[in-house]
Amino acid sequence: MTTGSTEKVNGARALIKCLEEEGVDTIFGYPGGQIIPFYNEIYDSNLRHILVRHEQAAAHAADGYARATGKTGVCVSTSGPGATNLVTGIATAYMDSVPIVALTGQVPTFLIGNDAFQEADIKGITQPITKHNYLVQDANELPRIVKEAFHIASTGRPGPVLIDLPKDVQNAEIDFYYPDKVELRGYKPTYKGNTQQIKRAAEEIANSCMPIIYAGGGVISSNASAELVELAETINAPVTTTLLGIGAIPTEHPLHVGMLGMHGTKSANYAIQESDLIIAVGARFDDRVTGKLESFAPNARVIHIDVDPAEISKNVNVQIPIVGDAKQVLKSLNKYIKCCKSEAWLEKIKQWKKEYPLTYKQMSSDVIMPQFVIEQISEACKDAIIVTEVGQHQMWAAQFFKYKKPRTFITSGGLGTMGYGFPAAIGAKVGKPDKTVINIAGDGSFQMNSQELATVVQNDIPVVSVIINNGYLGMVRQWQELFYDKRYSQTFIKGSVDFVKLAEAYGALGLRAERPSEVRPAIEEAVNSGRPAVVEVIVECEANVYPMVPAGAAINEILDIEEHADTPCAMPNLRTAKTDRVLDLEEQ
Amino acid sequence: MKHTLAVLVENRSGVLSRVASLFSRRGYNIESLAVGVTEDPKTSRMTIVVDGDDHVLEQVTKQLNKLVDVIKVSDIGGDDSVERELALIKVSADVSARTEIIQIANIFRARIVDVAPKSITIEVTGDEAKIQAIEKLLRQFGIKEMVRTGKIALVRGPKKV
Repeated sequence: MTTGSTEKVNGARALIKCLEEEGVDTIFGYPGGQIIPFYNEIYDSNLRHILVRHEQAAAHAADGYARATGKTGVCVSTSGPGATNLVTGIATAYMDSVPIVALTGQVPTFLIGNDAFQEADIKGITQPITKHNYLVQDANELPRIVKEAFHIASTGRPGPVLIDLPKDVQNAEIDFYYPDKVELRGYKPTYKGNTQQIKRAAEEIANSCMPIIYAGGGVISSNASAELVELAETINAPVTTTLLGIGAIPTEHPLHVGMLGMHGTKSANYAIQESDLIIAVGARFDDRVTGKLESFAPNARVIHIDVDPAEISKNVNVQIPIVGDAKQVLKSLNKYIKCCKSEAWLEKIKQWKKEYPLTYKQMSSDVIMPQFVIEQISEACKDAIIVTEVGQHQMWAAQFFKYKKPRTFITSGGLGTMGYGFPAAIGAKVGKPDKTVINIAGDGSFQMNSQELATVVQNDIPVVSVIINNGYLGMVRQWQELFYDKRYSQTFIKGSVDFVKLAEAYGALGLRAERPSEVRPAIEEAVNSGRPAVVEVIVECEANVYPMVPAGAAINEILDIEEHADTPCAMPNLRTAKTDRVLDLEEQ
Repeated sequence: MKHTLAVLVENRSGVLSRVASLFSRRGYNIESLAVGVTEDPKTSRMTIVVDGDDHVLEQVTKQLNKLVDVIKVSDIGGDDSVERELALIKVSADVSARTEIIQIANIFRARIVDVAPKSITIEVTGDEAKIQAIEKLLRQFGIKEMVRTGKIALVRGPKKV
């Protein structure tokens, strides 16, 4: 440890030492002209560097690493195009409150502002999508800035922080001293909830007959699952989770009613609508959750626990706001709570769960239903970390896998980033090497970062990608089917690539399943191979995600599979005239 | 409804753009924004006038507070405060109009800061209503150019924000 003593080093070496002080052992990145001094120092360091094939993947990998481990993920790129390629990954982490630190090379300070080669104002560009960002203008400030960056990224409501590093700053010699403390006048997150408010919340709970707990990503990031389950069990309240809250309570826990919102379960959506008290924990009443705001939970009073005061009463009016860390607040709330009169309510919930289970229709015996694939993964890999891309497969993965623990479902919720899953799975596997990590992908999403097959092969990262191949950009196709009169404009992508050969071309294992009986063996073979693998599963191409609340509707106005069973969309082999034509052309 | 916010921030490069971009990104409308260093050279003070209902004001305040460089945000609209704005107004003024313009300036306790053969430039400080009033009176002569600083404000008495 060098804390407390000084030593002469250049900026790049200082940065390495800062990372070591922060306990960083792995970084994801891609070198380039303006970050060479840092890479020159990496060469002699003990840091594990995972060389990706596109900087976007470095940011997503750092994000996946952070979500799987709870530590801060680190990615690095050069200036200009390297830095701008990180932007999608940074925005993804920002929307989902994931702690990452992004390090970018920058042209030397004397060239900044001159439109120099590979110059981009990355501090300006990332201002709206970072929790905070820095341009280091003096190498002597580097240790303080890195210390602050890691502190800001990982505390309060977590989020991405970017540090832009001009090349001359990396080369400048400084007296290295790593500060012990961070002093930021404008940044003092509140962790401990107000005791009066917590007591009021406990009273409110005791007076409620139909309470529901609505848990979001904040429960996962503050490691508050145990406290959440304790609360639910003590007050006998049903628990619904957001997409990012999945894993906060085991899927099969009797009080769990599933995800809520656009593709939530009927039981969860009915329960929230009829409840008289919502206990929101680490969730932000996103529009995908609330549906039409005016009709959201009309009879419910709201207790909102969140570390970010700006989330309270942003979308939904809150009667009892509690600003604080989910874990700490729940711990103290659990001391005061008593059970309420929720027996009749629980009975009703039980009925709903029985009446409206998540289900799907098997079209014919030889066609593979996408939901079946998820069920097979769930049975074959019970303790896996599931990562997803974005689209229909993501919703099926949310609905049909049985999660047992927090940090085992990793997905891009807020930004909905296609191409997220594969690199995030790389990060998760690097962070949790003993876990089976499965990226559930769509054929569309996988192609957004499929070049990372080179990364997993070169670095020997045995991630398994299961591609649910329906030949469409499925979620958009579903919307086109339901709301645009089946005009499948630019969503038919069948035949774009042979995924098995693609995997093999990169040196990974490639497998394909075309019949239901082939699905389980293919998944097991891929997982047991210990190699990076791709399993392409050819599924029913017009299967839809149900239940579904159309955008702008109230969340109890639900389209469900029964209502659509007799429409062409739920049947195999029925195509619109336009799609038929495309298929014919393809066959010629 | 207009609100006046006093925002203490770190005196660092880029803070103004961070604050301004927060407003544009979240769709809040800035009526005026004035910024300068305070008695502590490490701190700048922004006076921001924002238009919106209570919900907008609450969100603006909370979102501003989330910025790491923002030290404190106070709504001083409801307090008894001293509010000033400075305007420089260049008025068309040939010899025949000069006397009348100077009279108007005197009534408003404004100062003549430049005289040219065909124009007079007037410096006026005061609250928004006063500046609007003098502007209205001078308009009949023809305003060639005008610049306003935006409002700055301090709460009266010992209270600090």
